[in-house]
Amino acid sequence: MNAIEFDNCSVIFGGRPDRSLDLADEGLDRAAIEEATGQVMGVHDATLEVAEGEIVVLMGLSGSGKSTLLRAVNGLNPVARGDVRVRMGDQMISVPAASRDMLHRLRLNHVSMVFQQFGLLPWRSVADNVGLGMELAGIAKAQRRSRVAAQLATVGLEGWADRQVQELSGGMQQRVGLARAFATEAPILLMDEPFSALDPLIRTRLQDELMELQRQTRRSILFVSHDLDEAFKLGNRIALMEGGRIVQTGTARQIIADPVSDYVADFVAHMNPLDVLTAGDLSARGAGGRAGAGPQAEEAPLSADTPLRQVLAALAEREALPVQGGGVVRRADVLRRLTGR
Amino acid sequence: MERLTELVTGHKIPVGQGAEWVFDWLTAYAGALFNALAAGMQAMIDAILFVLTAPHPFAVIAAFMALAYALQRRVLISAGIGLGFLFILNQGYWHETMQSLTLVLAACVVCMGLGVPIGIALAHRPRLYAWVRPLLDLMQTLPTFVYLIPAIVFFGIGMVPGLIATVIFVLPAPIRLTQLGIASTPAALREAAVAFGATPRQLLWKVEMPSALPQIMTGLNQTIMLSLSMVVIAALVGASGLGVPVVRALNSVNTALGFESGLVIVVVAIMLDRLLRFRRTS
Repeated sequence: MNAIEFDNCSVIFGGRPDRSLDLADEGLDRAAIEEATGQVMGVHDATLEVAEGEIVVLMGLSGSGKSTLLRAVNGLNPVARGDVRVRMGDQMISVPAASRDMLHRLRLNHVSMVFQQFGLLPWRSVADNVGLGMELAGIAKAQRRSRVAAQLATVGLEGWADRQVQELSGGMQQRVGLARAFATEAPILLMDEPFSALDPLIRTRLQDELMELQRQTRRSILFVSHDLDEAFKLGNRIALMEGGRIVQTGTARQIIADPVSDYVADFVAHMNPLDVLTAGDLSARGAGGRAGAGPQAEEAPLSADTPLRQVLAALAEREALPVQGGGVVRRADVLRRLTGR
Repeated sequence: MERLTELVTGHKIPVGQGAEWVFDWLTAYAGALFNALAAGMQAMIDAILFVLTAPHPFAVIAAFMALAYALQRRVLISAGIGLGFLFILNQGYWHETMQSLTLVLAACVVCMGLGVPIGIALAHRPRLYAWVRPLLDLMQTLPTFVYLIPAIVFFGIGMVPGLIATVIFVLPAPIRLTQLGIASTPAALREAAVAFGATPRQLLWKVEMPSALPQIMTGLNQTIMLSLSMVVIAALVGASGLGVPVVRALNSVNTALGFESGLVIVVVAIMLDRLLRFRRTS
């Protein structure tokens, strides 16, 4: 079952979009459309699904339309053409066609959001920020308190409830942002570059924490990132965007193995392969019993999904290792692959 | 050249007559409205004046000191305000000071009561604000004496026309500052609240107002200071208070009286400023 469905979704900023849509259909890029109509083409013809419990990462350079597409899900950006549907219980609700009341309920209970710049109210305490969604939904204060406390505990901020938000470091502020998003118990989570403003060490830690939270609660997450390693680490699937269009969708390994364009290939060239590539990706095909493999024959074979990091550790000792299901990884092949084909 | 000059000066645009015509029309047809307004404001002024003058001065001083401590949490400010009032009592201007405070407080009530809602409405309507801005400029720059004349015509002599003149002069300040505060609410905060399902009303009360609070409080402070600057002019239309001795001193070239009453006004200004200074607790 899908949690979010984008159906040929276009977002155009500034006035009646008809002509801009025609131009976009003809394949003109954003600059050309703006010159012709004065309107900004945010996203054009995006089609994508997010299954329940899945993390899909929207990735691309800044200005590629990732955040714009994300904001169409909870109606922060208007959809000019096409459709965005979001699961509310048993049914899929079309966001552009939703009544004001429906959109209100969607935002209160079904979709929550985490922002790059945290979006915390600086005059409020940590607890009052976490409880914002519940407060807006009109939940009584006493009930709010216990849920807020529980939520703060899951992000490791027990004992900080009564502090002012400004006293917290960036990493802790974003933990508050996460707690706020989780506190509404919305099954769908939109994350707009939530970790980009943090330093690398904290970023990694929060990514791990998010994955842990995801293991526990299984939300459907649409995650925007410009960081390839983050995308490959978190995303079950990745949608690569360029100039307002989705150019490729797939798992990390599919995209690496078969980039559809130079843009994608360029993008992928800069990733850190250690956690993405596996022994299976690197093995020389069908070379099970070749000369030179002899000394390694008695070695226990690596499983095909062993990550590169461990393959390298194993290859430190030997020249080559067999892979389960046939094939061999050789030190020389791996090194050649890593230094650029 | 001469004919050109004649062309320009030949027919004077009837600005003065126009204004007069408007005021005549208003007195003729809106008299009842002005009477009701005047009665309402007179009642408010009487009530405030009663609260300030009925108790013993020491009781009033104690109340202000307690208020200062409650608002600012600093003994020094509270003590300073007590000393200031004792100085006024010592100089023999207690009653005039209370009358001027009445005018200032009444102006505060009217200006904040009108200015904050108007400022919020204008912040949400940027294009309307562009139209209203020249009017606000006009209210602030038109020489005060000019609108004293219709104020007397409509409301006679006394505290009420003084209050009206004060309000016209002061009102733009809280409107502008409220508008500024609300309009400069960070877009990211608005967006976050909307994303979590805030209605427009919740957005106003839970995001925009708290975010604009420093500016709104500055607006209150400005309202008080500008109102106080109007007490002398209000005295010209018969409002009692600290302006009266100043005007009398000017007319009789009485340096001692002038400096006494002038200094008392300064003391009142400093006390009110310290009393209502806004500090965000952080």
